[in-house]
Amino acid sequence: MEKIRSLADLKKMQESLRAQIDLREQSNDPDKRIQVKVAMATCGIASGAKEVMEVFIDEFTKRNIDAVVTQTGCMGYCYAEPTVEITKPGNEPITFGYVDVKKAIKIIDKYVLNNELVDGIIPVNYETIDNK
Amino acid sequence: MAKIKYHMLVCGGTGCHASKSEEILRNFQDLIKMKGLETEVQVIKTGCFGFCEKGPIVKMMPDNTFYTQVKPEDCAEILEEHIIKGRRVNRLLYQDPVTKEYKSDSKHMGFYKKQIRIALRNCGFINPENIDEYIARDGYQALGKVLTGLTPEATIEILKKSGLRGRGGGGFPTGLKWEITRAVKAGQKYVVCNADEGDPGAFMDRSVLEGDPHTVLEAMAINGYCTGADKGVIYIRAEYPLAVERLKIAMKQAREYGLLGNDILGTGFNFDIEIRYGAGAFVCGEETALIHSMEGLRGEPTVKPPFPSESGFLGKPTNVNNVETYANIPAIILKGADWFASIGTAKSKGTKVFALAGKINNVGLIEVPMGITLREVIFEIGGGIKNDRKFKAVQTGGPSGGMLTEKDLDTPIDYDNLIAAGSMMGSGGMIVMDEDDCMVGMAKFYLEFTVEESCGKCSPCRIGNKRLFELLEKVTQGHAVMEDLDKLRNLSHVIKDTSLCGLGQTSPNPVLSSMDNFYHEYLEHVNDKKCRAGNCKSLMQYVINAENCIGCTLCARNCPVDAIVGERKQAHVIDQDKCIKCGACMEKCKFNAIFIK
Repeated sequence: MEKIRSLADLKKMQESLRAQIDLREQSNDPDKRIQVKVAMATCGIASGAKEVMEVFIDEFTKRNIDAVVTQTGCMGYCYAEPTVEITKPGNEPITFGYVDVKKAIKIIDKYVLNNELVDGIIPVNYETIDNK
Repeated sequence: MAKIKYHMLVCGGTGCHASKSEEILRNFQDLIKMKGLETEVQVIKTGCFGFCEKGPIVKMMPDNTFYTQVKPEDCAEILEEHIIKGRRVNRLLYQDPVTKEYKSDSKHMGFYKKQIRIALRNCGFINPENIDEYIARDGYQALGKVLTGLTPEATIEILKKSGLRGRGGGGFPTGLKWEITRAVKAGQKYVVCNADEGDPGAFMDRSVLEGDPHTVLEAMAINGYCTGADKGVIYIRAEYPLAVERLKIAMKQAREYGLLGNDILGTGFNFDIEIRYGAGAFVCGEETALIHSMEGLRGEPTVKPPFPSESGFLGKPTNVNNVETYANIPAIILKGADWFASIGTAKSKGTKVFALAGKINNVGLIEVPMGITLREVIFEIGGGIKNDRKFKAVQTGGPSGGMLTEKDLDTPIDYDNLIAAGSMMGSGGMIVMDEDDCMVGMAKFYLEFTVEESCGKCSPCRIGNKRLFELLEKVTQGHAVMEDLDKLRNLSHVIKDTSLCGLGQTSPNPVLSSMDNFYHEYLEHVNDKKCRAGNCKSLMQYVINAENCIGCTLCARNCPVDAIVGERKQAHVIDQDKCIKCGACMEKCKFNAIFIK
């Protein structure tokens, strides 16, 4: 890994990384590039987030769906762990709670492929500092 | 691609459920079926939107229209107008109470401001094991800004102006702390991150470390630059293996990018961080005990002064801050002191992360601006009390705090108001209790914890808390006399006044605050030998009502200690001497013949 030697370098790097993430969000193939974030803090893992993440990765590979599955920290919805946030290009992110292996497959069948929602959606009720 | 064009999200939270959201859901489904729209419109029940006062809520996607106070009879109109004709039903939109404007989009509605994520800004958003995602979200920009454009004094000035106070519980102004450490002249100084989160029910520090470890590293480096330290130490409990692992990954990545180590960003500033493990002792959250534990000594507090800022880790000036405090700092540096100071109350600025636990529907982590009321936290964000029970009290500040009751529900939460109400901010644990919780029992629970965690160095804490616990035990067992209640109060004050460190000085708080707020429950335990919540096993009796009992023998067969006797087809009796009050009989009885006396 190259060292970052100055603030200018850091800013340049941020720009390119931002572009990378933007690209991920606004891909040219809006039907295919999907972002899946699995909340993987201790609470999530304890309630089975690891298995759920594996299911998403396996199913996406098996079905040839072009999606990015990443882990993230605690989303704060501990009562509904494991939680998964799915962003389909052009859509607002949707957070699903109580996602076990069965539910994960249901989410892929219904929401990812057919844009149908499934029960257990958690409405986002906070503000981030980005839109302040 | 899918045929579904509209999603209707109907709130299924407790509040909305109570105002007929179930019926709304069914109405929509029936209407959709009737109009043959099943392939285009889908109705989904969701969790709580946190806007219960204007419930039931129906949110339309993808256009994000937010309908409030929907009644079952409004369904036809919404479907007809919104879905079929594409027009919003204005009368059901949220009306801003000040401007009287109708807001269609939930993002412009005031209630969304109830939660603002500053410390948790990246938690649940970025991949914590990938430094690139942190950098893409302004990561290490604050460090860069400070190192290249701000003097340590100017940076400290920003923090002082922002009004940030220590999030570990004490609420000491962070900028001032840094300034004091900076003023001490020494060759070597240290900055420490206190990640020894010990309050039962609090887990915000763990979540920050697990979800956004780089923000802590960055803030520690800024702290090092300001106070003149080139070494940072993170003191973390070994029970947090995932947080430790993610910190290690983050430190490795930061070193590879040169964001930790020598000559950071070409500015000549050197800073590196190491991890020290704690064995999970509550007292080690106290600065001096923490430092002794880091030095490999017993985790016992010492008298202040000298303060750690004069003589801390290895006798050198040391600046200790809590994880959540650190997590706020990069955002403050980048967005400015005024921005941060614009959030919160007069003396408590910014936001606070709370861990909601206990008898509350939405157990979880929330970040709210200071000054929010308990009512908003518990009933709107937290979704209310479980199983529609009645709210009784909430314990803030963990074992060092106190109980807040109904009368405090509308008090704005900040450091000073909580102290005035007889509790404290603490690290932000909130344990909600309902009418089924015995307040004497709760005080005993917390005291059991402090007795266990007392380091034993000073006698008021070591012996006093033990005696206090025994007195409480006497009350819950029904052996106490009125004199014991006076003893409880007196002893509590003695322990508070004479203990060496914060642990002992605050440990009687749950006792005092429960006595202040629920003295009648103490009286009932002492005089009537009765526990209204039915929690104190010694004070209750399972009794069989002979009228309802048909003598099926089911209870007798399920009793683990053979305490139930009686002939077949004749009323049974429970032998109170043998009964261990497990409740198995009451659970099994099909005729409601067993009750608690």
